[in-house]
Formats: sequence, C-alpha cells, structure tokens
Amino acid sequence: MKKSIWSMCGICTVRCPIRVEVEDNTVTWLEGNQHILKGALCAKGSAGPALVADKERPQQPLIRKGGRGAGRWEAVSWEFALDYVADKLKTIIEHHGPEAIMASSRGGPFHDVVKAFTHALGSPNYTDHDSACGRNVHHASLSLFGLGRKGFIYDIKNAKHLVLFGRNILSSLRPAEVNQVMDMLDKGGKLTYVDVRQTLTGIKATNFFQVRPGTDYALALALIHEIIKAEGYDADFVEHYTSGFDELAYFVENYSAEWAAKECGIKAKDIHELVDQLIGDRPKVIFHPGWMLSRYNDSFYASRALNCLNALMGNIEVEGGLVFAKGAGDCGGKGPRSLTELSPKPAAKRADGVGEVYKQFEKGTGLFHLFYQAMATAKPYPIKGIICVRHDPFSCFPDPQAQKEALDNCDLIVSVDTHYSEFGWYADVILPESTYLERDSMIALQKGMKPRMIMRNKVIEPQADTLDLYSIIKGLATRLGLDQYFPHSTMQELWGWQLEPTGFSLTDFEKKGFVEYADKPVMYDRDKLEGKFKTPSGKIEIISQKLTEWGFPSWKPYESPAKPPKGKYRLVFGRSPLHAHSQTINNPLLNEMMPENTLWINTREAGKMGVAEGDFVDVISGDVTSVITAKLTDFIHPEAVYTVHGFGRQIPLQTRAYHAGMSDQKLMKGQLQNMDPVGGGLNLCETFVTVRKSSKNHQRKVEL
Amino acid sequence: MNTYTLYLNSKRCIGCHGCVVHCKANKNLPVGPILCEISHEPLKSVRGVPKTEFKFRSCYHCEDPFCVTICPTGAMKKREDGIVYVETAKCIGCMACAGACPWGIPQHNPETNKAVKCDYCMDRLDAGLQPACVTKCTTHALKLVSMQEV
Ligand code: SF4
Ligand code: SF4
Ligand code: SF4
Ligand code: SF4
Repeated sequence: MKKSIWSMCGICTVRCPIRVEVEDNTVTWLEGNQHILKGALCAKGSAGPALVADKERPQQPLIRKGGRGAGRWEAVSWEFALDYVADKLKTIIEHHGPEAIMASSRGGPFHDVVKAFTHALGSPNYTDHDSACGRNVHHASLSLFGLGRKGFIYDIKNAKHLVLFGRNILSSLRPAEVNQVMDMLDKGGKLTYVDVRQTLTGIKATNFFQVRPGTDYALALALIHEIIKAEGYDADFVEHYTSGFDELAYFVENYSAEWAAKECGIKAKDIHELVDQLIGDRPKVIFHPGWMLSRYNDSFYASRALNCLNALMGNIEVEGGLVFAKGAGDCGGKGPRSLTELSPKPAAKRADGVGEVYKQFEKGTGLFHLFYQAMATAKPYPIKGIICVRHDPFSCFPDPQAQKEALDNCDLIVSVDTHYSEFGWYADVILPESTYLERDSMIALQKGMKPRMIMRNKVIEPQADTLDLYSIIKGLATRLGLDQYFPHSTMQELWGWQLEPTGFSLTDFEKKGFVEYADKPVMYDRDKLEGKFKTPSGKIEIISQKLTEWGFPSWKPYESPAKPPKGKYRLVFGRSPLHAHSQTINNPLLNEMMPENTLWINTREAGKMGVAEGDFVDVISGDVTSVITAKLTDFIHPEAVYTVHGFGRQIPLQTRAYHAGMSDQKLMKGQLQNMDPVGGGLNLCETFVTVRKSSKNHQRKVEL
Repeated sequence: MNTYTLYLNSKRCIGCHGCVVHCKANKNLPVGPILCEISHEPLKSVRGVPKTEFKFRSCYHCEDPFCVTICPTGAMKKREDGIVYVETAKCIGCMACAGACPWGIPQHNPETNKAVKCDYCMDRLDAGLQPACVTKCTTHALKLVSMQEV
C-alpha cells in the first residue's frame, strides 16, 4: 500500500522538510514539502534512498579488534555493544569521575539527547563541531547584539541588496534561502559578492570583488568609513539603539576606500560605487555576517564589522532586513519540552576551560578542539572517554594526526554515525545509527518570523541492524542506571511528553508536516526595540562592555595578512552543491556526479610551475603530501589555491571515496590549536602549502 | 506533433545539478545512465563580473527520431503527444538507438540491460503531475511548457 509521510531530510544539516511516498518499505518518491519548498530539493536530497541502499555503511555494531585505525572489526549484537560501552564508561567514571567523559554531536535541533546524556552522566563536557564552523560569527553577533548568530532571520527575498563576504550562498546551499536570493534578483535586487575566487554565487552578482585572501576585514572597515563619511547611515537608529558609534567613527578614520583598494587589490572607484548603491538601497540592505567563518585570524572582527554595517543600515526589524527570530513565546505559545530539562547541568568546570580560562566563549557547547589539550596534558583534569555523534572531528578539524595522538590518551572512543567516518574508523566502537529515512527524531522548535515545530518521521524500517539515536542513548543510560533521565520507552511517548506544554498534538502535524505558531510573520514594533538586545546595556554595543571587561578590543587595528612565502600558496577550501562535506563523498549517486575534488590554481601561477590543466600536482605541508588534479582558472587570486572540502578519505570499506581527491584538513599541519582568541573559531585558511608538478604525471608517450 | 518541451530559466538556474539527480532517483537508476545534463560556457567578464549561464539538455524528442526508426524491436516509440520513449519490455539492450541518435542520448542501464532515456516522466504527466526534474528543481528554474504556450 502506498503511503505519504511528512519528514525531514537529513543528508546535510539544513534539514529541509520533505514528503516521502513509500510502498512495501521502499521509497518511491521524495520531494520538498510543498507548503514550504514547493517541491524543491537539492541534488543531495534526492540521494537519500541511495544512502539507505548503500552496503558500504556500517551494517551492525562493530568493536575494534586490531590496533586503533587498523580497520579490523568484530560485528556484534546491540546488546553486546551497549554492554561493552556501558562497562567502559563505568570504569572511567570509577577511576576518573564522570567529567572524564566528553560527548560531541552536530549542533542544531537534535543535539538535545546527546547533551542530556552527557549531563545525566554528571559531565559538563558536551560540545559540538562549531569551532570549525560558525563560532566566530556567533560570538561576534553576541558581542554586538547580545544575540547569537541564529538570533536574526535574513529577509532576503524582500531586500534590495545582499552583500556576501565569502558566503557562497548558492553553492553551500539551503534550498529555501536560495529561492529567496533568486526571488530578490528577479525583483531587481542587487547582489555584491566578495571572495578570493569566482563561485556559483559570484556569477549572479551585480558587483564582484576578487580580494586578496585574508583582507575581508579591510574592505568591511572601508565600507564603514565611507558610509560614515558620507553620512549615509541611519542616524536615528544609531542614536536610539547603539552605543559606541563615535569611537567607531574615530577608529575607522584611516581606513578609506583608497586604503582598502590597495590592501585588497581592488579598485577604489568600485568601492565608492558600492557605497553609493548601499546608501540608496538602505535600509533594505543585508550584510551576511558569514556562515562558516573559521578562516583567518581576524574573522571574528570581520564578522563583527559586517554585523555593525547592518546596524548602520538600520535594517533591524524591517522588511528586507534582519528580523528578530521569534520563538513560541512571541506568539503567546509554549515550545516543546527538551530532555536537557530533566538532567540538571553538572557543577564541575568544563575541561575545555570555557567559562573559566576562556571567559569570552559561550559555555553551552564550549570548543571541541580545546578538549584535545585536556586529553594531552590531563589538565585541568583527564579526559578518558569520548563519544562523537554524527560528527567526524578528523574531517572537520585540522591535522587528524595530532588529534589521534591526543585521543590515544583515551580509554574509550565511540562513534555513532550513519556512515563510516574517519573518526569512527579510529574508534573502539562504532554504533551505527539508522539513516534519516529509517529513524524518528525528536520534535524541535524552529524560530523564525513564523516560528514552527518540526519533526522527522521514520518512513521505512531500517535496512540494516541499526538504531535511532534515542534508542542508542537510552540503551546506554539504562545500563548506567540513568533511566530517570530518559523515561520514555517509545518515540511516541517522548513526542507526547514534548508536546504536553504546547497544547498541540501529533495530529496537528498531519496536515502540513509541521505546526506553525502564527499565520503571519510576527514583527516587533521597530520604535520599541528596547530590551530586545541582550547586551549589558540593552543597546547594540559597537563598543562591547563584555569584550572590554575580558580585555579584548571591540575593534582590532587591521593587520595585513602574510603573503605566502615563495613557491607556496594559501590553501582555501569550500563546498560544492553536490556534497555535504565529507558525509556524502561515498554516496553512490553523489559520488557519480562528483567523484573527486581538484586544486584550483591561478592560470599564470600554474604557467610558472609548468602545470597544465588536468596535470597531477603535489600539495605539500609538513610531512604530508597529497596528489591532486590541477584545475586552471583566471578567477582565483594568485596567492590562493582552492579545493572542495571532504575528499581524500582513507576508509578502505568506502571503495568509491577511498583515496579519491585530496583532504584539506590533513594538510593543515600544526593548526589544530590555531584559533581566533576572541571568536574561538579555528583559523582554517592560515596554512601555506607548496605546490609543484607531480612525478605521477605520465612521461612515457608510448602505450604499446 | 510535439506537445512538450523543457524550458530552463537560466537566470534562476544555479548549476547545482539537482535536476540530474532528481531524474535518476525518480527512475531508480544505478550509477551509469544520466538522462539530462547541465552545462555552461567558460566564464567571461561582463562589467567586471566573471559570468556564465547554464544550459539544460535532455532528449530532444525529435519530430522524426532516428532512434525510433533504427530500433529493431519497435521498443523505441513516439507517442501521439510527441514523447519518445522506450517500451522496456521490448528493449533488447542492443543500443542501436544510441548509435543512431545524433547526440547519443539513449543510455544503457547496466542493471536491466535495457536502454533508458528521458521520457518527460510520462508516467507522472499521465497522473497529472510534473516531471521529476521540474517538480524538484532547487530554484524552480525548470518548466515543462506545452508548445502552444511558446
Ligand atoms: S539542503 Fe539538500 S541535503 Fe540538505 S537538508 Fe536540504 S535537501 Fe537535504
Ligand atoms: S536543479 Fe534547477 S537550478 Fe539546479 S541545475 Fe537543475 S535546473 Fe539548475
Ligand atoms: S534519443 Fe536522440 S534521436 Fe531519439 S528522440 Fe531523443 S534526441 Fe531524437
Ligand atoms: S523529464 Fe523526467 S526523464 Fe526527462 S530529464 Fe526530467 S526527470 Fe529526467
């Protein structure tokens, strides 16, 4: 019998709402939820059934037999695997206390169960992947608005001008957002794109600036300078809602368009022209503060400057600007319950030092990479057990070799994932999670102009011996005597409990697949935004009281980024619309579309090395050498080489992805702790690599 | 008489290849056959912005299709409404159609050992739906238009 089921895509962390048709436990059709996406999905979204069918993902729990990373596994039952992990956890707790256990998961709506488990154990050490992603943006936003990166919704479709600094929005894509951008362009809106190379986004731009790598902050400062000089900012808004404007005006005095033009390698006239456009388009101008802005050592300040430009545009809580993300409370409703409510946060200090040594970082998730220091030094105390849920630190953070050395101090390494991750391959135990089409997930609240509750329904029964995340965690909790924190025995029970305070029931999801708290966008009165900015002063703090208190400047004097030494290039990376980082490289359909990455090299630079299109080149950093195919282009800055992140995987059981292409993070030797001291993001574009024509190119011209 | 054509609004298309994968997923195709493609010219600077636009191509559903004439078993057919399609039960996988087609459009499905090609998702059309690539195009850039509208 054919069934139609509302659910949620889980190939990437955008988590698009979907509708799936199923017959005989097989997916026959899958599309974007018509009510939100009008059917649209990205390429990856259609590759879900291929993921389910793929036998090259773990088919049952596995326990390591040989040395770590040797790839010898014993297939075991769930009973056995959960007993095994629980016993190890007990031993660690006995000897070192519960805080010696850390857990990490993907951020977003489903982190709740992992965080609750960590707290239930008695450990404060829950973390996620964000120090290689949005931490700089998040902290920059907090320091300015008192609200994190998700505190605002960008009303792009109604904007007149969208300014993107390296935010490759049409390639690292979110289908709903992409449609907003296209709608904006269809209505005559302008797009300004700044990057070290041309991209799928940049080809749609009205203005394009190819800047020298690492100079985003310079351009942002110059825009502030010129807008202030032309008195092109929203003076009323600035007067009402911000503090520290005069200091900013003084600070940017020397950062003119002419100065930035030199620094960035662009034309001053083009900057002036952009400034004129921005002033004309105000307030419907959106400066995207960056998504994954763990890049340069001033990315925190670059993001802060971009968000400050939003404030200067006076675009807060206006149509076509930055709109406060509304929660259930803004609509007079209540949000669903979360499991963390049941397990109180342990009092112990975090092992990553966040909140103690590092007061500037938000405590909720801390910073993953700092735990490696705790593992290596046993300070402030040892970390002996680690569980990573749908998070692959080896693909995510620099220098996996350095990570392995730190991990060798652990007595237990557990990977919970739907596919083999590089981290999982090094782990002691792999607990295979069911793919998103085979599992239910908890109900989550999605803040927005129209806040809603979203959910993922299992559409087919698991095709392998895998479990959903709640069952895995509950299985461990039960064995550790922590039942009271996970009292629900089925997903239906858990959902029911979550929904109790909301006044909604599961049947309310049947119509559209989600539940909305409002029919129309909820907007605050723009003349009464007092109290909405959660900074100490309640204003947008251009000069942040907290940063001052912690001893950091609100504005860092600009420092020109280092030029690569002779024969070297700055390694930058990004995403293609066909892969979700490392997670999809082995997906049969997506691998077919894009089986490996290439190295983009500026045509003239390649000429100097005698490298032609399609040649193999060696890319060298420290003791790591990778071989990759060269792609020559005029549209990348000569100081940079670029590749798509996620490739160069070394898991023999993933036959399609095995050694295909090059891994950028393996080349980031010695960069594991190179973080932005104020933003907490890792500086992932601060590696210089040697590039040369490879000896792997065929020299023999005769094939007989 | 041809009734339909697939039209791409290249202003909206972002070259994400969603359509290609949507098509394969809908027909449950294994690695190998690809029924539509997205391509572009090299980038050229237009007022300081390196630009290009994307093109979409599937089968042309020719007025007088060589693939139909050459097919030895009559598996390759043209419908009343112009759709050229493979009647799978009759196809012997000889791929004469691919040789005859000026663009080599028909593809070999290694799992079934049959030819497969774009049929404008006629099963979906007949059920009152739009083709897979149109329904799920990431940006709603693809449209199925009937010739009368053009
Ligand atoms: S962006 Fe694509 S892969 Fe990610 S959730 Fe949406 S459809 Fe799925
Ligand atoms: S899915 Fe749509 S936007 Fe993407 S390449 Fe195909 S036609 Fe273009
Ligand atoms: S397969 Fe080739 S010959 Fe046959 S209808 Fe299509 S384009 Fe024409
Ligand atoms: S119309 Fe159907 S068969 Fe043809 S390219 Fe689109 S999805 Fe594929």
